[in-house]
Amino acid sequence: MALDVGGKSIETDEEGYLVNRDDWTDDVAKAIAVAEGLDMSENHWEVVNFLREYYEEYQIAPAVRVLTKAIGKKLGKDKGNSKYLYELFPYGPAKQACKIAGLPKPTGCV
Amino acid sequence: MSETKKFLYVNRKAPYGTIYALESLEVVLIGAAFEQDVALAFIDDGVYQLTQGQDTTGIGVKNFSPTYKALGDFDVNKIYIEKESLEARGLTLDDLMPLKYEDEDDDWAEKDSIHVVSSEELSEIMDQSDVVLSF
Amino acid sequence: MAMLHTVNKSPTDRNTLESCIRLAKKGGSVLLIEDGVYGAIKGAAKADTVSNAMSGLSFYVLGPDLKARGISEDKIIDGIKVVDYNGFVDLVSEHDTTQSWL
Repeated sequence: MALDVGGKSIETDEEGYLVNRDDWTDDVAKAIAVAEGLDMSENHWEVVNFLREYYEEYQIAPAVRVLTKAIGKKLGKDKGNSKYLYELFPYGPAKQACKIAGLPKPTGCV
Repeated sequence: MSETKKFLYVNRKAPYGTIYALESLEVVLIGAAFEQDVALAFIDDGVYQLTQGQDTTGIGVKNFSPTYKALGDFDVNKIYIEKESLEARGLTLDDLMPLKYEDEDDDWAEKDSIHVVSSEELSEIMDQSDVVLSF
Repeated sequence: MAMLHTVNKSPTDRNTLESCIRLAKKGGSVLLIEDGVYGAIKGAAKADTVSNAMSGLSFYVLGPDLKARGISEDKIIDGIKVVDYNGFVDLVSEHDTTQSWL
């Protein structure tokens, strides 16, 4: 599969995850979001950027439980719950947000 | 109904020469989702998995050592290192990455996950485990 | 006929390094690569075997494999030379034959 971003073809796997993590740009993220039926707001970016920073540090995407805890700590308690995250990413914060962040599918997420 | 079992993952291999270390780490992370009581033991060449300052750019293999630092986030915070294995390799605790976790029951105080234990102590820990998985 | 021996197993996992040292003829060289680099650490259980063999054999260790495993060069047994991939190639070409111990 491939994604068309500004005339450039970006390779993705059959589930829509980027094949090459280096292909990621803000525009690629927006294009993946559109394919997921999402309109990227400031709140979406907060989560996506957090995921990228976490991956950069630990070479792994956090589990949802880890994500909610960490988001709450970093962005405030009102955002550190799964309800808030599921409102932003209805198909699952870890799965959908990781895809938009250009990260591999989270470990343990089938 | 499900009751919590004590899992012990035993790691005995060096990180990059074989796939065991990475496989073990992935199983631990996947298993962490099931909220069991998880402990990790590093014995024999397994202690090499936790050395500080690993840099794999020269060998073209992914450096997965930073991921051990995320274990605390996954509530995996009992890491036992066998003292005898460390000493036999000319290593001390200072040669290993510090692994920490935040204790939910103690106002998120940061604590050490690593415990250096003797063979005798480790043998006791192994004996007390319900499930032991060896890599 | 100088021979280059490469050892890629950890000395505390397999006895490859010991067998290599026991059987390598004087004047030859031993290059530690992959998990074999753990055999180069000072103060480890097998370090004496290596030090004692140095009178007859030249020891080398592959730098990128050391770095990957977080072993800094100051932890290496005195007398072992660190080489990079080019140095590896040089060693192979300088010796008549190479034996890869597995």
